[in-house]
Amino acid sequence: MSEVKSKYLVDERGYFGKFGGAYIPEMLYPNVEELRSAYLEIIETPAFKADFEQLLKDYVGRPTPLYHAARLSETIGAKVYLKREDLCHTGAHKVNNTIGQILLAQALGKKRIIAETGAGQHGVATATVCALMGIDCIVYMGEIDMARQKPNVERMKILGAEVRAAKSGSKTLKDATNEAMRHWINNPQDTHYIIGSVVGPHPYPDMVARFQSVISEEIKWQLEEKEGKTSPDCVVACVGGGSNAAGAYYHYLDDEQVKLVAVEASGLGNDTGKSAATTALGREGVLHGSRTILMQTDDGQVVEPYSISAGLDYPGIGPFHAHLFDSGRADFVGVTDEEAMKAGVLLSRTEGIIPAVESAHAIAALHKVSFESDDIVVVNLSGRGDKDLETYIKWGKY
Amino acid sequence: MNRIDQAFKEKGNQLLNVYFTAGYPALEDTLPIAKALNDGGVDLIEIGLPFSDPVADGPTIQESSTQALANGMTISRLFEQLQDLRPQVDVPVLLMGYINPVLQYGFERFCARCQEVGVDGLILPDLPMYEYEELYKDVLEKYGLYNVFLITPQTSDERIRKIDELSKGFIYMVSSASTTGAKSGITNEQIAYFERIKSLQLANKRLIGFGISNNESFEKACEFADGAIVGSAFIKQIANDSSAAAIQSFVKNIKHPK
Repeated sequence: MSEVKSKYLVDERGYFGKFGGAYIPEMLYPNVEELRSAYLEIIETPAFKADFEQLLKDYVGRPTPLYHAARLSETIGAKVYLKREDLCHTGAHKVNNTIGQILLAQALGKKRIIAETGAGQHGVATATVCALMGIDCIVYMGEIDMARQKPNVERMKILGAEVRAAKSGSKTLKDATNEAMRHWINNPQDTHYIIGSVVGPHPYPDMVARFQSVISEEIKWQLEEKEGKTSPDCVVACVGGGSNAAGAYYHYLDDEQVKLVAVEASGLGNDTGKSAATTALGREGVLHGSRTILMQTDDGQVVEPYSISAGLDYPGIGPFHAHLFDSGRADFVGVTDEEAMKAGVLLSRTEGIIPAVESAHAIAALHKVSFESDDIVVVNLSGRGDKDLETYIKWGKY
Repeated sequence: MNRIDQAFKEKGNQLLNVYFTAGYPALEDTLPIAKALNDGGVDLIEIGLPFSDPVADGPTIQESSTQALANGMTISRLFEQLQDLRPQVDVPVLLMGYINPVLQYGFERFCARCQEVGVDGLILPDLPMYEYEELYKDVLEKYGLYNVFLITPQTSDERIRKIDELSKGFIYMVSSASTTGAKSGITNEQIAYFERIKSLQLANKRLIGFGISNNESFEKACEFADGAIVGSAFIKQIANDSSAAAIQSFVKNIKHPK
């Protein structure tokens, strides 16, 4: 990880502009404070960096390719590169973060890992690194998500993790997050909580963005090799909480020539009440420990979002992205279920790559942004479609 | 004088503070329950603002929040209900809630309404201390409200001193590393923590909450603090029977069972 200073990144108080901070009950304060006071020191030591880079290379399979998608480019009318995070071990970018956090947990002397998961990808990535390190792992997952994502539940169990059903509230990702926080409150000393996205109280959004920043760090030198310059004209990524987008934008934040496009899930359409497009439908508030933009009722109750993609089905976005939205640094685009599924098939047919439904949203957004024919566009292909086979089958239009 | 200070001044110690969720079990139960608690002899009342994502609460209080929201409870509705709080209830009343609904209502507007209906203090567990100092302290003071902070067995002495400086009314001592209603009874480890806090000789009064469910745990807590807070146990009571008679007998059984 190379150090980046930017007005778009976290300040010394834990804020991205006016977003972020640590809105947590006192019961969580010591846990979060322990992490906050130690994380930078630990992750900047040469030993940590060496271990992190070694595992990313030998275990995750980095660097992931930056692939010029020639046939897809023809249909879009720009030169499109895919950053192949789908080729990471476990099938998505999520593992970059769990590798970083498991090393951090070890450095802090923690004996147990807890995590929340929606679609199960972060849960699998967490169970994977816990197996790798021989550390106990408990994953909280909404009861409804457990039924929707059964193969990932079994994957986590095979890897030795205990999967606990979150039965409170709406029984989905936000409730799994609440349950994981409660577990942490009840077990403050021996447990580390691996949050899967750039959400939660400071230092999580900053820490997760740092671990994911390897994505744009690689894009820079890979693009230089291919195009003779480090910066593309545009970077496109999907945003649920926003960890893959944070990683893909990270090294381009201050390079204002690079257009950043954040793709949100519009579900059945933003006016249908079945959407997860946070910036279109939400407003400023506090969710899961940070000040950010979230979908809520007039009375400040958190709304249950909807998307065909379980990984984008989150009522907020990380404070990192709330700041990019508020400052106008990134453009936010909404993509519906239908548009995403069609884009998934398009990528499959033009490039032989079946994307995760999350990443298919980013592909679909290429139709919604206008490009010059010689524009260089990098799409962060955050995950592979294996886990979504059932979703593709159920949709059926291929 | 703020009613909270007055209650401690007049009653000394062994104060009982009872928590319940606004709009639970039925939407219009808020004021009748507060009145029954008042008549039954509690010393302070804490009314919870229901929230969809209450991370500090265990299942009992969360379920009551979910039910209250389904009943249609909102902050506006609560203030309408509390319009008749005084003089029906004369003990101090605090509102406890997560920060997001309060921010959406408007922080200053919220405080102004609290003053109008006769609320004495706030407990906002996820409001950061620095933000309270910088943005909200003056607003609370303007409307005569006390802000109550929580401490836990993991809170450092240094931070407790800081909280003691900022606190008014009392400090809410969370009895163990837990969410509400998670543990019951009091262990030796907790007693060591209570004694440690007692030895700090803080300027503020202290009430112990979390895990206080009956006369035995109430009396034990009162050996180390100025009183105690009952939450989940009372929610279970009103889920079962929320009549004034049942509430008064619940209070009596905790304070003076014989």
